[in-house]
Amino acid sequence: MTAAAAAPVFPAEVVRWREQYESFRATLPAEEPEWLRTLRATAIGAFEELGFPTTRQEDWRHTNVAPIARTGFQIPPATANVADLAVLDTLDFGHAFARRQLVFVNGRFAKDLSSADTADGVYVRSLREVLDRQPQLVQPYLDRQASGPGRAFAALNAAFLDDGAFISIPEGVVLAEPIHIVFLSAPASAPTASHPRVLVWAGRKSQAAIVESYGGPADAVYLTNAVTEITVEDGAVVDHYRVQRETSRAFHVGTLCVTQGRASRFSSHAIALGASLSRVDIRQVFAGEGGECMLNGLFLAGDRQHMDTHTWVDHAQPHCTTRELYKGIVDDKARGVFVGKILVRPGAQKTDAIQSNKNLILSRDALVHSVPQLEILADDVKCKHGSTTGQLDPLALFYLRSRGIGEEAARALLTYAFASDVVQRIGIAPLRAGLTEHLQRRLPGPADMKEAAL
Amino acid sequence: MTTKDTMLEVKDLHASVGGNKILRGVNLSVPKGEVHAIMGPNGSGKSTLAHVLAGRPGYEVTKGEVLYKGKDLLAMNPEERAREGVFLAFQYPVEISGVSNVYFLKAAANAIRKHRGQPELDAIDFLQLVKEKAKVVDIDESLIKRPVNEGFSGGEKKRNEIFQMAVLDPALAILDETDSGLDIDALRIVAAGVNQLRSPDRSMVLVTHYQRLLDYIVPDVVHVLLDGRIVKSGGKDLALELEKKGYEWLEAPAGSR
Repeated sequence: MTAAAAAPVFPAEVVRWREQYESFRATLPAEEPEWLRTLRATAIGAFEELGFPTTRQEDWRHTNVAPIARTGFQIPPATANVADLAVLDTLDFGHAFARRQLVFVNGRFAKDLSSADTADGVYVRSLREVLDRQPQLVQPYLDRQASGPGRAFAALNAAFLDDGAFISIPEGVVLAEPIHIVFLSAPASAPTASHPRVLVWAGRKSQAAIVESYGGPADAVYLTNAVTEITVEDGAVVDHYRVQRETSRAFHVGTLCVTQGRASRFSSHAIALGASLSRVDIRQVFAGEGGECMLNGLFLAGDRQHMDTHTWVDHAQPHCTTRELYKGIVDDKARGVFVGKILVRPGAQKTDAIQSNKNLILSRDALVHSVPQLEILADDVKCKHGSTTGQLDPLALFYLRSRGIGEEAARALLTYAFASDVVQRIGIAPLRAGLTEHLQRRLPGPADMKEAAL
Repeated sequence: MTTKDTMLEVKDLHASVGGNKILRGVNLSVPKGEVHAIMGPNGSGKSTLAHVLAGRPGYEVTKGEVLYKGKDLLAMNPEERAREGVFLAFQYPVEISGVSNVYFLKAAANAIRKHRGQPELDAIDFLQLVKEKAKVVDIDESLIKRPVNEGFSGGEKKRNEIFQMAVLDPALAILDETDSGLDIDALRIVAAGVNQLRSPDRSMVLVTHYQRLLDYIVPDVVHVLLDGRIVKSGGKDLALELEKKGYEWLEAPAGSR
């Protein structure tokens, strides 16, 4: 920090966040390590310099976050009102993950709502607890991937870093059951913001599946600004699921950063269904040879929802494989954005990468911006990308109708079928079933038609 | 002829596709229980006629009328026609990924049954029906469970069309170039399936470019469609004559244009 120079003048919304940061800082434990305090201080400084992104920035061209910037979010009270948490039942997939489920309310670990197997902390612990007792465990990994130039929301998350989930899978350990992490915003009298953080370390040849769920109370205005950082060591296998079901007036910003070691496998399944404005950035790096990465995504936007996904895959090493499939369905006056970049660095020979983005437009007023990008700086590679955006195939509609299926039902069937291949790639049965049910409820058309979809 | 005996009555039918006039006054009468073949060279309007009868959007009828069992067929949307008993076997069956063949067919069969005032079939009854009808065209049950036509060979797609026809039990089946793309073995199987479905209560219209199909499915009447009009009708021997002489000799018959 420069001390003596004239204090720069920041916009009012940035000043508001700085003030909140100062009051948040005052509540933190006195015995916290210096590096952690520095991390936060650096982050709030970076945020002040950056401010909220504007549509003049290339990465934010299609997404205007002014509604987030101008909302006066409060820090939620330390003891959140957990009286009305019926919403939890709508997010936990019928208690399917009861053995390893961590629940966070407003970003804070809610021990009473979490299952015993996780609370005892063999592999899964509250980040706050680790910061209090063994901060050295997380220091080498915390915020090493998420922070970076231009990342205002990740900086804001780091500035308010407090609690979250720390998942550490020892070398060679294979977890048979998925770990479910639920981030819930509690009802409040004024808009609140939470900044959940997930840190995952999967040791050599370990294996785990992690599900993140996001939700909140109906009709509430709140911001979830989440950051997840995952390190997949050599030969490890991590399947990551992200299910965003925020309520209709919420804002959701998510950052997922992954570094993959040699011969590791990682899959991301990002499902976005809720929030009035949603933006997810997925950044993946191959740090060792022979890694495999699968990125699947589906978003479903109706009303005036705005959903934006950016993916960035970095083939920094040779012999790695990427398979990316993102699908979007937009209806009403909704907007969808997909910007996907695959970068093949010099020397990353034998890269095998396929990226596909498909969007289905259901109404005249809906719109999708699709920007697939390949940047190839190596010469012995196999790379392909494609993007299609359109309406339901009229010939397929006619085919179904010519068999006696009504027009509305035929549309519903084809719409559901469009989404189904992403859903079918979800390897966890209760999750797949829960999402299928959700999609069937959300998509238009008679319910009895949807059993015909695979 | 009274409408009572007539399954399909097409009167002076004119139709356009994308602004191009394709049908220019088709007259056709198909009695109940008969099989009529419509032959003609490429571009004569055969497939257009088939699709117009099934109600394909974008195929605009500009003049004329079509009565099906005495009812105004053109006033019905495609699903209503199907529920009333009209079936089109597509020349190019559409691949629909993500939709299961068997469940889509169950939904279709039940929509039709509901329309007829019959009770809907549950999954068990329907699978029983499917097993029985699969024998008609010797279609593999694994195909039935796959997504609609996805990854099917040409022959499998055509078999699937006839299989669907067997399940949906139409009163009027329109088969659009069902022989195209089939090798001789597949053609025999498909034709045998169609023959099994011939009945005194069912009429069929076979649209075909080649006489070959008619060796296996022997029609009651053969019509020649040329330049959007039926220019000649006759018995099954007419097909053989066309095979020998081609269509040129019919092209400008005096007084027919």
